[in-house]
Amino acid sequence: MDALTIGTIIKILIILAIVSAIAGFGTYIERKVLAFMQRRLGPMHVGPYGLLQIAADGIKLFTKEDIIPQNANKFIFSLAPVITAATAFIAMAALPLFPTFTIPEFLPLIGGAIVPSIVADINIGILFILGIMAAGLYGPLLAGMAQSNKWGIIGSARTAVQFLSYEVVTGLSVLAPIMLVGSLSLIDFNDAQASGIGSWLIWQQPIAFVLFLIAGFAETNRTPFDLLEHEAEIISGYVTEYSGLRWGMFFIGEYANMITISVIAAVVFCGGYNDLWFISGWLLFVLKVIFFFFLMLWVRAAWPHVRPDQMMWLCWKVLMPLAVINIVITGIVVML
Amino acid sequence: MFEQIAFYFFSVLTIGLFLVTVFSKNVLYAMTSLASGMVVIAGFFFLVGADFLGVVQLIVYVGAVMALYAFGMMFFNVTKDLKEKNTSNIWVMIVGVTVALLMTLMFVGAINPDAIYASLPMSDKMNNPEAVGMALFTKYLVPFEVAAIMLLIAMIGGIVLAGKKMDTSLTNIEDEVLQQKDAK
Repeated sequence: MDALTIGTIIKILIILAIVSAIAGFGTYIERKVLAFMQRRLGPMHVGPYGLLQIAADGIKLFTKEDIIPQNANKFIFSLAPVITAATAFIAMAALPLFPTFTIPEFLPLIGGAIVPSIVADINIGILFILGIMAAGLYGPLLAGMAQSNKWGIIGSARTAVQFLSYEVVTGLSVLAPIMLVGSLSLIDFNDAQASGIGSWLIWQQPIAFVLFLIAGFAETNRTPFDLLEHEAEIISGYVTEYSGLRWGMFFIGEYANMITISVIAAVVFCGGYNDLWFISGWLLFVLKVIFFFFLMLWVRAAWPHVRPDQMMWLCWKVLMPLAVINIVITGIVVML
Repeated sequence: MFEQIAFYFFSVLTIGLFLVTVFSKNVLYAMTSLASGMVVIAGFFFLVGADFLGVVQLIVYVGAVMALYAFGMMFFNVTKDLKEKNTSNIWVMIVGVTVALLMTLMFVGAINPDAIYASLPMSDKMNNPEAVGMALFTKYLVPFEVAAIMLLIAMIGGIVLAGKKMDTSLTNIEDEVLQQKDAK
C-alpha cells in the first residue's frame, strides 16, 4: 500500500477516535457552560471540577440494561441509532479537519505515511456533507416510528416537519456563497478567502450566514428548534424508549453534527484555515470551530423553544423568501 | 478491481432492498428499504464519476421518501403488518408482463454495445456541475422549462387547495371551541 492509503486509514481512525471523545467531552462542556450562564456550578463532585463526570457517564451508559419494548419493531429499533451516528461520521469524510502531516520515518509500519487533511477530497464537498446530514434525520424518524410509543410517534412526526422546513433554507442559504466562489469544493472556499479578514465571505453574505446558522441549529436539533425531544412537551420524543448505549449513540451523532456545522460555518463564511497575521491558520480554525460550538450552547441558555408551527412559519414565510431575495441580488451582482 | 467489487455489492444491495420494498407487508420495512435503496443508487453515480448527480440523487430522494414516511405515519399503524386487499389478478399479470417485456428490450440493447452512445459526451474541460448545467441549459432547455412550469403549476395547485384555511391556526383556537365543532 502506498503512503497516502495508509495515511487515509490513519486519518479515518483519528477522526473516529477524536470526534467520539470530543462528543463525550462536549456533554461536560455543555453542562458547565449552561451552569455558569445560570449562575450554578454544574458537575463538581467526580474528579477536579467534575472532569471525571464523563467517565462516570460513560460507565453508566455502557453498563445500563439494554431494553427493547415488547411491541417495538426490533430490527428498525436497533438500526435507528446506528443511522444517526454513522451518517454524522460519513459527513466528516469530506470535511477538512487538522492540517496535512507526514508521520516520521523512524516509526515502524506506518512511518512515512502522509495523513491528508480531508479523507475523501471530492469536488462537491459541501453538497455531499449537507446531503448526508439530511439523511441522518432518518435516525430520529425511524426511532420514533419503531418504538410503538405515542411520544415517539409525535417525535418522528416532528422530525418530518422539521426536515421539510429547514432543508430548503440550508440549501438556498449556501447557494449564494457558492455562486460567489463558483465551486462546490470546500478547499476552493478556503482559497477564495486567503487574503485576510476583509476577504471573508461573511462580509459579502451576512444574510446567508445568519440563515445558514439558523438552519444549522435546526439541522442539529439545537435549542430554539429542538422540537424532536422537547422534554416539557413530549417526554423525550424519539428517544423516549431508548436506554444505555443506544441512547448514547444518538448523542454522539448529535454532537458530531454540531462539530460538522461549526466546521462548515468556519470554512464557508469565516476564512477557513488560512493564516492570519502571525497566527497559524489551523490554530485559528480550531478556535473558530470552538466559537461556533460555544455559540450553540450560548443560544441554548439564552433562547426559549419554538413550537412546531412557529418553526414552519419561520422557515417557509420568513427565511426562505429572504434566502431567495439574497440569491437574486447575488446573481445580479455576479452578472454585473 | 475495487470498482467491480463495489458495483456488484451495490447491485445486490439495490435489488435486495427493492425486493423487500415490494414484498414486505410491514409499512416500516417497505419504506425504510425504499429509502436505503435510493441512497445506494447514489453509489452507482459515484462509481462512474458523476459525483454531482450522485449527491443530487441523495438529497432529492432522502427528502421525497421522508414525505412518504409522513403519509405512512398518518395512514397506517406502522408497527403492525398490513393486510393488503387482493386486487384483480388480471391487472397484476398485465403490468408484470409489460414490465418484463420492457426490461428485456432494454437488455437487448446492451448486447450490442455500438447501439448505445452518449448523445452529449462528457468533456474533460468541464467539471461535473458545469457539464450538467451545459446539458440542461443548451440541448435540453425546453424539457427543463416544461418541467419547471409543471412543478410551478403543482405548487400553485397545492397552495390553493391547502390555503383556504391557512389564516386560522389550529394552535390559536381554544380547545373548547374545537370540541364543540367535533360534537356537531
